Parts: sequence; C-alpha cells; structure tokens
Amino acid sequence: MDGIHDMGGQDGWGTVVIDPDEKVFDAPWEGRAFAMGAMSAGLTGTNLDAFRHSLERLHPLDYLSDGYYGRWLACAESLLVDHGVLPEGAVDARARNMLGTNVPEPTETSGEKPQYERNGGGSLRQIDDPPTFAVGDRVLAKDMYRRGHHRMPAYVRGHVGTIVAVRPAAVLPDSTAHFVAEDAQHVYTVEFSSTVLWGPDAEPSTLHIDLFESYMEATS
Amino acid sequence: MTAHPHPDDRAPAPIRAAALEALLTEKGLVNAGGLDGLINRFVNDVGPMNGAKVVARAWTDPDYKERLLADGTAAVGEFGFSGPQGEHIVVVENSDQQHNVVVCTLCSCYPWPLLGLPPSWYKDPAYRSRIVREPRAVLAEMGLKLDDGVSVTVWDSSAENRYFILPQRPAGTEGMTEEDLASLVTRESMVGVAAVGAPT
Repeated sequence: MDGIHDMGGQDGWGTVVIDPDEKVFDAPWEGRAFAMGAMSAGLTGTNLDAFRHSLERLHPLDYLSDGYYGRWLACAESLLVDHGVLPEGAVDARARNMLGTNVPEPTETSGEKPQYERNGGGSLRQIDDPPTFAVGDRVLAKDMYRRGHHRMPAYVRGHVGTIVAVRPAAVLPDSTAHFVAEDAQHVYTVEFSSTVLWGPDAEPSTLHIDLFESYMEATS
Repeated sequence: MTAHPHPDDRAPAPIRAAALEALLTEKGLVNAGGLDGLINRFVNDVGPMNGAKVVARAWTDPDYKERLLADGTAAVGEFGFSGPQGEHIVVVENSDQQHNVVVCTLCSCYPWPLLGLPPSWYKDPAYRSRIVREPRAVLAEMGLKLDDGVSVTVWDSSAENRYFILPQRPAGTEGMTEEDLASLVTRESMVGVAAVGAPT
C-alpha cells in the first residue's frame, strides 16, 4: 500500500538528530510494548509481514505521533483483536478501569487465527526454480500499485537498475501478510543511480535495494 | 484529510501497555518474567558491543575478515550472534574510495543480533526520507564529511537481508588488542553514519 510508512525521498522532515545518551527504552512501558509486540505474531498465528502491514495501516497521524514503541503497542493490540485473542475494545476498557472509571469490559472475541501453510520458521526458503535474473542484468522496477502489503518503495518504481547480487529466496510479504501462501521467490539486490531516481541534479550516489523477483521485469 | 479516527481520547500509552499485559497475563499467554527476560536481553546482552567485537576481529584477523565479507551470517555465528532480524547478514566494507550507509525506508529493519534495537535517529522520518536522496548532505549534518572523490552507496533494507558496515580501522591503533579496538567502535560507525575515531 502507498502510505505514510513509505518515506524514502520525501522532503521536509528536517535534520537528523543523534541523542548520544539515548537508552534502549526511554520508559518501562516501551520495553513492555516491545516484548508484547515481538510476541504478538506468535500469539496470533500471524507473522512478521502481517505485523509490518499493521504498522502501515495505522492512521497517518497516529503513525507519526505514537513513536516507535507506541506503534508496536497499537499493532500488537490490533493483531490480537483481529485474530480472536482479545475482544475489540478490551484494552481500552481495561485502561479506563485502571484509571479509575468503571466501564464494562467486552468478553466476546471475533476474528480467528489465520489458516495457511507455513513451510518453516523465519522468512528464508530454499526454492527449486532457478533465479530469473543474474548479476549484471538490467531490470525495470515495475510501476505497481497494490492495495495490500508489499516491499516496493515508491521511489524506485518505474526506474531501471542493475542486479548486483542474488540473495537467498524468501517468502513473499505480499502473500504472507495476507495469509494467502508463502509464495517464496528469489530476492535480488538492485543498483540504481541517484540521477535515475532523483534527476540530473541529484547528489552523486548509488542506491542498493532488495527487491523480490516479481517486482521486476527484464529490460534492455 | 480523513477525519482522525479517535480525536485522541486514548488512555496514555503506559496505561494501555499495562492493560494489554494484564489481559494477556489473565489468559495465560504472557507472564511478567517472560517479558522481563526479553527486555533484559535487549537492554543488557544484545547491542552494539556485539558488532564491535566482530569489527575488531576483522581488523586483526585477515582470515576472519575474508570469511566475514564472504558469508556474514556464518562469520558472526562464530561469536554465537544469531536470532531474529539476523537471518541473512551481509557485511560491506568502507574504504578510502567507497562509503556505505544503511537505512530501512519502509520501516526500521536493522541487524538486531549485532547492533540490538535501532536508535531513534534510525527510526525517525528525517533519516528514512533523506538518506536515500541526499546521503552526503545528511552524513555531513551528522558529522561525517566525505571527500568528493569518495563514492557513496546507500543500502535500503527492504527485504530480509540485514546489512552491517565494516568501518575503517583508524590510524594510530597499531598494536592495540582486539578488546581495546572493540571499545573504539561505535554503533553509528556500524550503520555507516560515522567513522571510528582514533583513540584519545
């Protein structure tokens, strides 16, 4: 999907600031949110790609204002509700009760754990089909617009690059995030020139990005 | 703009986190000790000190460096570094001619087994948006000024490969032990936004 998460190349975000004294977690709740977020895919029978897709589907204002672990907390809750572990509204009701109001807590869950075949842990897979592309091949990043989850940033779409590495095959996030199948594919590192991506006046640099086989087509 | 779904009437995040933990604990799905263990692992045991050991070994052991650049996952595994967000580690070397820097524009993918959880600057929109488009300007703002003759490559971690930078060994460190060298290596140098400074 095209959303707030796809930030590559945007202007207007200002200066990068390093805080040399930053702690791993600024507050105890951030650690709890991290741990529950990390466990949420396992608790719901979902997966990392579904977790990433739930991040993308946060309202853009929440995505920006919640901060990193606020996003993890919201996504943990949404996966747990969407897949039948917690009733909708349960976290909100419990939080209000913890703050001293007295509201009924919902008890009926809806949604269910997804049913689809996983062929192992993690995301990397061995596949029988040989890679379509080889190092040195010129490829076009497809000008694709998908409503669901995918890992093709807008800033490379429609541009021509060169394969510089063939990486291990991996489950296709577009399919696993929606519990369709694994659809494992070859993954490639593709090189793009900054002037191809950003125009003739761009700073001289090179981009290397990892793209799934179905995101590209051969070109001359 | 679409109306905001909840004109922020949510309870504060610390309360919502406590509420979520209470509900999951009542269902027997999590327990405080299990959450503490995961948190402590990333606060105390997994962090940039892991990556620094790898860098110091590569600086002092040419055979190790060769293995590291050829198969990062296996070479960092020699230290026991593996786990989530480390399924396939690719190590790229910085030099006088070639500078490499890592980002994840779509989220915040990062080599957890080597560097721990990502710092705020890596997750912030400013870094994710700009480093792919104007890396020299961003690096200069962050304190790393590159000569015009140095080529810059930005690695956008958009799949499950995790990129780790082998920074240049600073001058004046001849004869230092691996342990002392590791103490010089910063998180920022292993993402490619800083050089490793000479010992003071």
